Amino acid sequence: MSVRHSLLVLLDAGPMHGYGLKTEFETATGDVWPLNVGQVYTTLARLERDGLVSTGTDADGQKIYAITEAGRGEVRRWFETPVAREVVPRQELAIKLVFAMRSAAVDVADVVQRQRVATMRSLQEVTRLKADAEADGDLAWLLMLDALVFQAEAEARWLDLCEARLARRSRGRGDRGTPPSRAAKPPLPITERSS
Amino acid sequence: MPILEIDRAGRVFGSGEARVVALDDVSLCVERGEFVAIMGPSGSGKSTLLHLAGGLDRPTSGRVLLNGRDLAGMSAADLSLALRREIGFVFQGLNLLPTLSAAENVALPLELDGARPRAAMSAARSLLDSVGLGAVADRFPGRLSGGEQQRVAIARAVTGGRTLLLADEPTGALDTVSGEAVMGLLRQQCTTGCAVVLITHDMRHAAWADRVVFLRDGRVTGEAAPPAGPEFLLRPA
Repeated sequence: MSVRHSLLVLLDAGPMHGYGLKTEFETATGDVWPLNVGQVYTTLARLERDGLVSTGTDADGQKIYAITEAGRGEVRRWFETPVAREVVPRQELAIKLVFAMRSAAVDVADVVQRQRVATMRSLQEVTRLKADAEADGDLAWLLMLDALVFQAEAEARWLDLCEARLARRSRGRGDRGTPPSRAAKPPLPITERSS
Repeated sequence: MPILEIDRAGRVFGSGEARVVALDDVSLCVERGEFVAIMGPSGSGKSTLLHLAGGLDRPTSGRVLLNGRDLAGMSAADLSLALRREIGFVFQGLNLLPTLSAAENVALPLELDGARPRAAMSAARSLLDSVGLGAVADRFPGRLSGGEQQRVAIARAVTGGRTLLLADEPTGALDTVSGEAVMGLLRQQCTTGCAVVLITHDMRHAAWADRVVFLRDGRVTGEAAPPAGPEFLLRPA
């Protein structure tokens, strides 16, 4: 997330105080990203160093920040450049599954199902928050929640694929003795709930 | 007393070499006001479970109780009356009669139950009003969007105070936003004391439910319910 660019966008509408920028930023993002005031002033100092904002004082002698022409150019570039995805994000879950496959003591399908239940739970929670956000008409918060919903969904679909690949691999190893085992006692269902 | 109780139900199709176990020892209890989603891959037994719940099929083992009464013990006439009075169905498509208006579609089950046409129509209109479809009450299904058609189908499914709503992939053919409106409406039915069972393969839609039951190869493999408090995802103050 670029605090730097967000502050420039706010200043593009007119000069502001540091504290005003903090509250304006938090309102715009639906309080999803609280900023500490120190972070705001450090960022502003860097923007000033880079010539993207200039400072002055208001009638009460308070420091006030304004965007420069170079700052406007920076805002334009930000909007024109797509956000880069992390090439290899740290995927604890993928790593866990790979190692689960190497461990004789672990049932990988169990790990997958446990994760699926956990993912579902978080999705249920976000969906409830979404219903509230829709009622409140809080658009920024709603968009954040939508993003979380689609991330959770992507994870779940990826889990389905993992499960299918694992099943195919175990079949490929000649493990054909028992068709989808009805005879064996199935593991207890994995349940997760509060209370 | 739960509205729906499925007690260790099994359903086997065929015999010998061709024997297929569609459901194996599945139990499910749905209370008044509860919204339960059933998820699972194709062939996991979701639809079989819904057919048992709706009395469209009988289990080969175990029991299905609707408002405390075992469906297996009922005469054909009692069963069909119980199904008509207590259960509403919504499927993926083709839910509405194309030659009747939205309001007439909703009024039809009431008329079949003996209501006078005028009373049935006025009940249908107020029901459509309550789901935000008052403005399209006189349109024929062909002039409604897919999402509107499904919302009309949900309204029809709960007419006459039915207590159990069974929905099989009702959002299958809808875009994301229309799908959410349908889910919101299903959820709303629970607040009026109805119980809803939804079959879906879409996790985003299942997430609207109070409980999500996972099926695989005819067995329950897991269940998820959201945390009671906001401990999972706290909105920063």
